[in-house]
This record gives sequence, structure tokens and C-alpha cells, in this order.
Amino acid sequence: MFTYYLRLGWRSLQRNPILTALMVLAIALGVGTSMTTLTVLHLMGSDPIPWKSDKLHYVQLDNWDPLQGYDDDGSPPDQLTYRDAMALMQAGKADRQTAMYKISMPVQPENPEVKPYNATGRATYADFFAMFEPPFKYGGSWAREQDQQHGRVVVLSDKTNEKLFGGADSIGKHVRLNDNDYSIVGVLDTWQPRVKYYDLTNGSLSAPEGFYIPFTTATELKSNSTGNNRCWNNANSGWDAYLESECVWLQMWVETDSAAKLDEYRSFLDSYVTEQKKLGRFARPRNNRLLDVRQWMRDQKVVSGDVEVQSELSLAFLTVCLLNTIGLLLAKFMRKSGEIGLRRALGASRRQLFAQHLIESGVVGLSGGVIGLLLTLVGLWIVRLLYSDFARVATLDWPMVLATIALAIVASLLAGLYPTWRACRIVPALQLKTQ
Amino acid sequence: MQIRPILSSLMRSKIALILIGLQIALTLAIVCNALFIVVQRLDRMARPSGLDEADTFEVVSLGFGTQFDVRGAVRQDLVALRAMPGVVDATPINRVPMGRGGWSTGISLSQDQKTPTLSTAVYMVDDHALAALGVPLLAGRNFEPGEVAFRDLHDPDWPPGVIITRAIAERLFPGQQAVGKLFYLDPRAPANTIIGVVERLQAPWLNTQETEYSTLMPQIRPYGLESRYLIRAQAGRRDEVMSRVEATLGEINAGRIVRGLESMQQVRFEGYKSDRMMAVILGLVIALLLAITALSIVGMASFWVAQRTRQIGTRRALGATRLNILHYFQMENFIITTLGLAGGGVLAYALNLWLMQAYQMPQLPWYYVPIGFTSLWILGQLAVLGPALRASRVPPAIATRSV
Repeated sequence: MFTYYLRLGWRSLQRNPILTALMVLAIALGVGTSMTTLTVLHLMGSDPIPWKSDKLHYVQLDNWDPLQGYDDDGSPPDQLTYRDAMALMQAGKADRQTAMYKISMPVQPENPEVKPYNATGRATYADFFAMFEPPFKYGGSWAREQDQQHGRVVVLSDKTNEKLFGGADSIGKHVRLNDNDYSIVGVLDTWQPRVKYYDLTNGSLSAPEGFYIPFTTATELKSNSTGNNRCWNNANSGWDAYLESECVWLQMWVETDSAAKLDEYRSFLDSYVTEQKKLGRFARPRNNRLLDVRQWMRDQKVVSGDVEVQSELSLAFLTVCLLNTIGLLLAKFMRKSGEIGLRRALGASRRQLFAQHLIESGVVGLSGGVIGLLLTLVGLWIVRLLYSDFARVATLDWPMVLATIALAIVASLLAGLYPTWRACRIVPALQLKTQ
Repeated sequence: MQIRPILSSLMRSKIALILIGLQIALTLAIVCNALFIVVQRLDRMARPSGLDEADTFEVVSLGFGTQFDVRGAVRQDLVALRAMPGVVDATPINRVPMGRGGWSTGISLSQDQKTPTLSTAVYMVDDHALAALGVPLLAGRNFEPGEVAFRDLHDPDWPPGVIITRAIAERLFPGQQAVGKLFYLDPRAPANTIIGVVERLQAPWLNTQETEYSTLMPQIRPYGLESRYLIRAQAGRRDEVMSRVEATLGEINAGRIVRGLESMQQVRFEGYKSDRMMAVILGLVIALLLAITALSIVGMASFWVAQRTRQIGTRRALGATRLNILHYFQMENFIITTLGLAGGGVLAYALNLWLMQAYQMPQLPWYYVPIGFTSLWILGQLAVLGPALRASRVPPAIATRSV
């Protein structure tokens, strides 16, 4: 009976092509715009590391000016000072921890065919790789000893390795960064997290970095951060004074593998701040934070208000399209009163008529969904064109494709409920009489 | 024109009335609010930055090696850049307006102020900046070459004399002559004097209340081994000069990378990306929504005409003219539209209230809803015209036919 109703529905739609086209178009447009904006919303807000996003925590301490908070809403600074980051790294109270900052250095390739160019990188500790799990193509992270010894080692991204060594195994070879030679200990495979969740203070959609060197090496070489820097207390001049100052320019993540460990770390932070207050620092009320990945993404508004408003208005548009469809389906079914009356007189039960017409609505939905899918692809292409940063969050994957079709079918079934119910209430006798 | 019969026949098919009415209500609410957002964004994107965007561009030099003499490089580069044919002037600069990254600091009026009066963007430039940026001086004077000094990146001292934008002057010293007045960039340091005021120069960040607060300082602070220049070409020669800059800089000093060549128009384009996307997406939604609503009215009206063919024929047979029939359908549409718009007006303000609370958007100006009313009335009337004309052409003979 299901295939029979499908055929009936299909034929019925062909009988009035203009009406059908209007219904299908309305659903397609509504679904297309909604899915375009919802895809971006979903991908931007999706958990980038779901298997451990609740174990990774971003450290925030409030060392700011006692007379004026860092932010209007009472948040502590979004980065740490060098003194605090070093103290926390040395204490080592979490299962894993890393302080880090964004740097950029000129790359001076050995190959004379490749001109020197500027690459962005990250100064970090060995734990970074175990914490954020970028995939390695060759080699691995440097050992923890290299952190202590300010080793001249580097991990390259796949793009950098491609550019300098044609993608071959370059472990053991050297790369010259800003007149210093670094030994390559690891090369990453393609790593494109949709959102750069480990560095939200410098643009959540920025491109992944080209190289990673030990934090201690970068600070030994007095490499300035190319990320955010904010000070409330003007320091004396010079690199050493900068390291001693209250300027915040470092990011710190810790990994705690159990709730107990997390609590321990919280108490450790509390006692650290208490100690620092005795030394005259941290004049503001204690305001430590240890947000996990998803909380941090929400705090930093990775999904901007704009993206949310676009999705909400698109869904409102879809609602109007559905109302349109309800009206048109109603018109269509009322026009078929004669046929419905005839079927009832011949013995069709109300339930069978209900099924028949609901399936007809579903066929409208399916056609609308397929066209809506094409429109979504066009929509996402337009988004990528307008906002190149969105390249990784404006793409369709299979779950979203199925969601598009499902949304269209469910929407049309919902739209079809009332018209179908009205159609089934037709009294056969009245219809047969008028002929 | 009898409204009563139309109303009573409408009341008989309440559902269709509700459906179209709801559609119109939602359409009004969405279109008014979405249009308001689009207009706001377009206004934002149209704000002038203050500098001569048509002829200016930036370029970055990144030295490598521990032996790189960045200060010497900057001096050489400026000489070479200013000597290039087609160049009006060039200035070192830390970051550019609309560039989305840069320096800022607070300004206080007295030393014992607890918190700064305002926050200003800081541009580290030399005495050629006003000519290179193309920003006219409103009052006071430009920097003297002797006032310009090199500083290291984290040196805490600010210069004694600075140039500010008019917005800062009006905020700090409303209605007064700002040149010669003092303020404190660092309350613990000696006061700074305003030596000049420019009309307008936007900050690198576009989304704050303080985009118009900028301060020019006669200091050159290379970022490590990196230095940035803003260059102004003669009218119409910008692209040609841009194509030669890399080679020129490369010739005088090969121990550095020349990168980041970008015209200020390109910087503006990148800076307003998110506003542009919002305007395009919402603009598309508005257009599609109006189209769907119009088509929906056409569809429903056609259906009703088809359903009531016999009734129309009967009325014609009883003496109604074609024009009467036309007016009947137009009036019917007008009533439905009006009922829908009444609900829509309330919905529009409700939606706006929610947007204000959830996203800190401003209040809908009073004229949006009346304009929305008028537009949707016109849209409805145009949409129903086709089916109504078809209805008016129904011959009276239909009334007497039994088929």
C-alpha cells in the first residue's frame, strides 16, 4: 500500500504542476536557508575534541588592576603573566599542562629555490601534543627534557614540510628559523580543527600554525608574542622587566583526568593566589577559572551573535514557508473532494485516506528536500565566498545532508497534518450528490 | 462597496484567513527587523576611516638574523620609499586603521583618576604621517622631525606631545580649543600635551564605541625585527607603485622578508567581512520571504477564484460589473492583509524586544512598521491583481450552466 500511495501522491502532484512547484519551491527555499545557517552554527559550536573536551581546562587568574576590572562583565583576564605561567608549570600539579603563545619567525630554507618567508608558529611545551592530539606523520613530540634544556628542536606542520622538503620524511634534518637552526623531531599530518579552540584569544578561525618550538627556547631567544598583549601596570623597559611585569600574554591549558584531580588543581590555584596576595600581587578579589573546552568556547563567544541571529531568522523564514505549504496543501486537498468522496464510498477507511494524503505531503517534502539540499550547497558556497575564514565551518558532511532531507520531510509532514485531517472528514454522500 | 458580505464569507473559511494572516504577520515582523539590521550594517560599512583610502597601502618588512639592524633598515627604507616615483609620502606605522589589530591605551584627565576617561588607539608614526595618511590637520601643528624618536617595543615612556582626533578633543574638552591642553596617558608619568587635532582617523578595531578615538605619536617602535610602512601614491598610481615596492625594498636590503602588501581598500574589505555577510544573508532572507508571501497570496487567491467560479458568475448574471468583481477580490485581500498586519505589528515589536535583550541590538525606529504596512499592502494588492482580473472575466453564463 505504501508504494501505491507513493504513486498516487506523485501523480496527484503532477496534475497541478504550478501548485506543486510553488509548494516544493517554498519548502526548498526554507530548508535551504535554514540548513545553510544551521550548518555554520552547528560546526562553529561543535565540540572539537569530544573524547576529552571535559578534561582540558583553560587557566585564568585575576592579577588585574584593583581599580578597574579586565572586562566589564567581571571576567578575569583571558591570558596569564609570565611569572604566573612559569610558577604553575614548575609546580606541575595537573596530569599534563602547557603554557604557550603565538609567535612568528622568518623561515630561511636551505633550498635556494624557496624564498625566505614569514611563518606563524607556537611556542609551547611537549605536553601540548599529548593534550591536543594533533596527528603525526613522521616522528613525534620532543621529550620533556628538551623543555628544560631549551632545546633547539621543532615540530613542523604538514604544509611547512611540504614547502621545505616536498613532504618527505625530514626527521633529523634542520630548519633555520630567524638565524637559528632547529632539529626536526616531528612532522604533523593534516590537522584542521574547525575552530582553533586552543587559542581563542587570537582569532578562533585563524589558520593552523606552521611550526612548534619549545616555550623555553622562544623566551630564551626573546621572541615576542604575535598574539594579544595587555598591561595595566607600565613596566620598566627591556625583556627581563617584561617577563616580571603584570602584562598578560600567555595561554595556559591543563589536563586533569579525573574529577578529583580537577578539584585538587582548583585548591592548588587557590593557595597559589593566596600566596601571591601576601607578596602584594593579585589585589583584586580571587577570581580563578578553569573552564573546559566547551565552556571556554562559549565564554569567548566562538559562535557569534551574528551567526545565531542568522539561524534564528532563517528558521522563522522556514516557518512562513511551512504556513504557505499548509495553505496550498489545504487548497489542493479541498479541490480533490470529489475523488476523496468516491474513495470513501468505495470502502476506503479514514485511516487509509489519512495515510494516502500524508504520504502525498511527504513526497512534496522529499522533492523540496532534494532541491533544498542543492540550495544549501549554493548557500554554503556563498558564505565561503563572503567570509573566507569560514572555509572549515561552511561545508556539508553526511550527517548534515541527511538532516536536510529529514528536516524537509518532517516539515512537510507537519504541514500536511491539518489539510489531511480536513480531507478525511469529507462526507462521501455530499460529494457524490453534486455530480 | 459592501464590507459585510466579504467579512461574513471570510469568517466562514476561518482557517484560510488565519493561515494567510499569520504568514503576513510573520513576514512583517521578520522583514522589519531584518531590514533594520541590514541598514545598520550598511551604515557601519559606509563610515569613513579618515584617511585617503583610494591611494594608500601598507607593507611589512621582517628582518631575520640576530645581526639585523632594524632601526637602520627603517631609516633606509623610508628614504627609498619616499624617493620612489609616484609616491607622495610614506610613514612608519605600528598597525593600520581597520586592520583589526593594534595598540591601545587609556587617557586620563588628572593624575589621581582611578580609571581612565577613555581608551584610545595608538599609532606610532613620524612627522610624515599626516601627508602619508592624507589626514588634514584641523588645529595645531604637525610633529617636528626632531620630536620623532625610536623606541624599543616595550619601552614604557610616551612622548610629550601627541596629535589626537576631533572625537577625543570633543570628549575631553567639549566646546574648547584642545590644542595646548594636557592629559595623562600614564597617570604616573608627566602629562602629555595636545599639539594637533585631526578631523578623523579610525582605530584598527571596528566594533567598539571607541572606534573614533585615535592618538598619533612621534615614536617609531619596530615589533622586534618587523617594521610596517603606510605609503601614499599619487592619484591613480597606487597599483603601479605597489607592484614595485617589493623589488625596491628587496634591493636595498636583502636580509629581510617583504610581505603583507595590502591596499587600504583591501584592509577595509577584510575588516567588514562579518557585517557584509550579515547584510547579504539577511537581504536574501528578506527578498525570498517577500517572494514567497507574494506567491502564496497569488496561489490562495487563484484557488478561491476557481472554487467560487459559480458564485462569481451568479453575481455577474445578477448585474455586477467586471469592476465590481475586481474590487470585491481586492477588498477581500485588503481585509485579510490588514488583519495580518495588525498582528504583525505587535509581533515585529516583540521580535525586536527579544533581539534587544538577547543580542543588545538597538530599538526598531518608529517608521519601520508603517513602511512595512504600506509595502505589504501594495505587495498584497499587486499579488491579488492577477487572480482578481481572472475572476472578473468569468462570464455570467456560468451561473446558468449545470456542469
